[in-house]
Amino acid sequence: MAILSPLGNLFGRSPIGPIQDHMALAHQAAQLVPDLLRATAADDWEKASEVHKAIVAAEAGADKLKHSVRRNLPNSLFLPVPRADLLTLVGVQDHVANTAKDIAGLIIGRSIRFPEKLQAAAIELAEACAATSLQALSAVQGLDELLEVGFTGREEVRRVEAMLKTLDKLEGITDKMAIKLRAKLFKLENDLPPVEVMFLYQIITLMCTVADDAESVGDRLQILMAK
Amino acid sequence: MEIIAEYGSLFLILACLFGFFMAWGIGANDVANAMGTSVGAKALTLKQAIFVAMIFEFLGAYLAGSEVTATIRKGIIDPDVMSAEPQLMIYGMLSALLAAGTWLMIASVNGWPVSTTHSIVGAIVGFAAVGISVDAVHWGKVGTIVASWVVSPVLAGTISFGLFISVKSIILDSEDPFHRAKKYIPIYMWMVGFMISMVTLLKGLKHVDLDLDLGLGSDFANAIPISFGIGLLVAALGMILMRGIKDVPDDTNRFASVERVFGVLMVFTACAMAFAHGSNDVANAVGPLAAIASTVQSGGEIVAKSAVPWWILMVGALGIVLGLATYGWRVILTVGSKITELTPSRGFAAELGASATVVIASGTGLPISTTHTLVGAVLGVGFARGIGALNLRVIGTIFVSWLVTLPAGAGLAILFFFLFKWIFGA
Repeated sequence: MAILSPLGNLFGRSPIGPIQDHMALAHQAAQLVPDLLRATAADDWEKASEVHKAIVAAEAGADKLKHSVRRNLPNSLFLPVPRADLLTLVGVQDHVANTAKDIAGLIIGRSIRFPEKLQAAAIELAEACAATSLQALSAVQGLDELLEVGFTGREEVRRVEAMLKTLDKLEGITDKMAIKLRAKLFKLENDLPPVEVMFLYQIITLMCTVADDAESVGDRLQILMAK
Repeated sequence: MEIIAEYGSLFLILACLFGFFMAWGIGANDVANAMGTSVGAKALTLKQAIFVAMIFEFLGAYLAGSEVTATIRKGIIDPDVMSAEPQLMIYGMLSALLAAGTWLMIASVNGWPVSTTHSIVGAIVGFAAVGISVDAVHWGKVGTIVASWVVSPVLAGTISFGLFISVKSIILDSEDPFHRAKKYIPIYMWMVGFMISMVTLLKGLKHVDLDLDLGLGSDFANAIPISFGIGLLVAALGMILMRGIKDVPDDTNRFASVERVFGVLMVFTACAMAFAHGSNDVANAVGPLAAIASTVQSGGEIVAKSAVPWWILMVGALGIVLGLATYGWRVILTVGSKITELTPSRGFAAELGASATVVIASGTGLPISTTHTLVGAVLGVGFARGIGALNLRVIGTIFVSWLVTLPAGAGLAILFFFLFKWIFGA
């Protein structure tokens, strides 16, 4: 006998879990960027290509999840938060992965390597960006608890807001690091091939974008709570 | 009159068979919706759910099932219209049982969501309006019943909404939700005990031959202090059960231990749900049976006054339990497996809101759908932003199932009615 219980069918799949998984994948891509820089610093291009592959795979996985989240959020679903906000959140999360993939693609495609004097600072910046995306991930992981209190509780909102504050702080650090790194690069640029310099600047900008994207994830979370 | 004298015992046997079959169907299919919530929220294992359902479905049916049974038996149709031809009452009720049972079978084979309540009400109205006369139906009462189908999910939703909001602000939204939970959950347990005890005292004790009189005047005034005390006992039992639960830190979800405390509460609301279901839905099977039995036993006189004999409620209660044991447990698993997104803090609110509504309906003799009431209750929790995702299309399916079930039940009943008339003669 087939069973079609209105009660069983009443429960849709909650998008929260997949959204968290999506952010986890996006972060996985972002946190591999420092490894990539380290491999190029060591002139280990085999390792670099491996890391590149891992970043591409994480980004592809995130894309797949993004589509599945969208597919499973039909208009008829009744959600505790506006559907559009959830979809935007996933979109912003996806940027983190996309930007990480862009960085990896550039580095591998053009065999870009930071000059010896900038290595340490570049890796430091990449680490700081990864830390920002990690903080965004922990904030997204708090969605469970937010749902538990129905997206309104004072306690839980305060908790998430504290996380978002740290997120902003981390993003600010990456900005400062990037300014310093650009200044160092500026001093060296006359001794370097001009085209390469252009791309080095671009990579610095892209790394900052990863941190910016992570910060926007936090902004979207705040909007979810505010409603 | 001669027809009843000739075939009386055959009618009675048929009625028992059909009634038992109907009750079996309720146990096999319908109970799953009442119990699936608890299993889905992992407050009960399957075995525990069956155990709870068997005991409390039985108690609900036996102690609080009489009012709805009376409505099905003599509230929807006017027995006086048939006093000259009492055999029509028997044919009609037999065909109503057979029609509702058949329709439920067809529906479950095809996987359509239908409600036993709507099938039987449709069937009774159908045979009476077409087979006897349009005036034989108490249209006012039918109107009230249909209105209650809309009101009951809304009421359950409102209660559950309020319950969940209270849980949110009193327990969940705090520095230490675990200790708050242990402190305040007994109040909800008390509500469960109070509610069940009130219904039992007001509706159930008459045919158990127990009379509690504290000398406070009305039955209602007498029942309140006793129920208050029983509620306290239930809360005390709950506190003992909750003592074993420790606050284990969990990195992934700081509410994990809190939910375990709510799990204990949900055991109580599951009992309430089973009780409520038994009290309302058993009537779908035994109401017609009671009508036939009283007509046959009084030798053709349709007595509107006599009480429902205790053995009739037993037939229904046993049928439900048997349906549960033979088939219903599988349906509980299926329904439960679909309700994984529900945590005990929400599940209890839904179950308590639904069972309170159903029990009130049982007390006032209104046959409503437990499943639809529970759907309304879950939506109420959803409106309090408590559930990850709810599929609103279900509401549409429910309305469609009403539109289909009422005429289908009625049509089949009319068919069987004329068949019986042809077989046994008018």
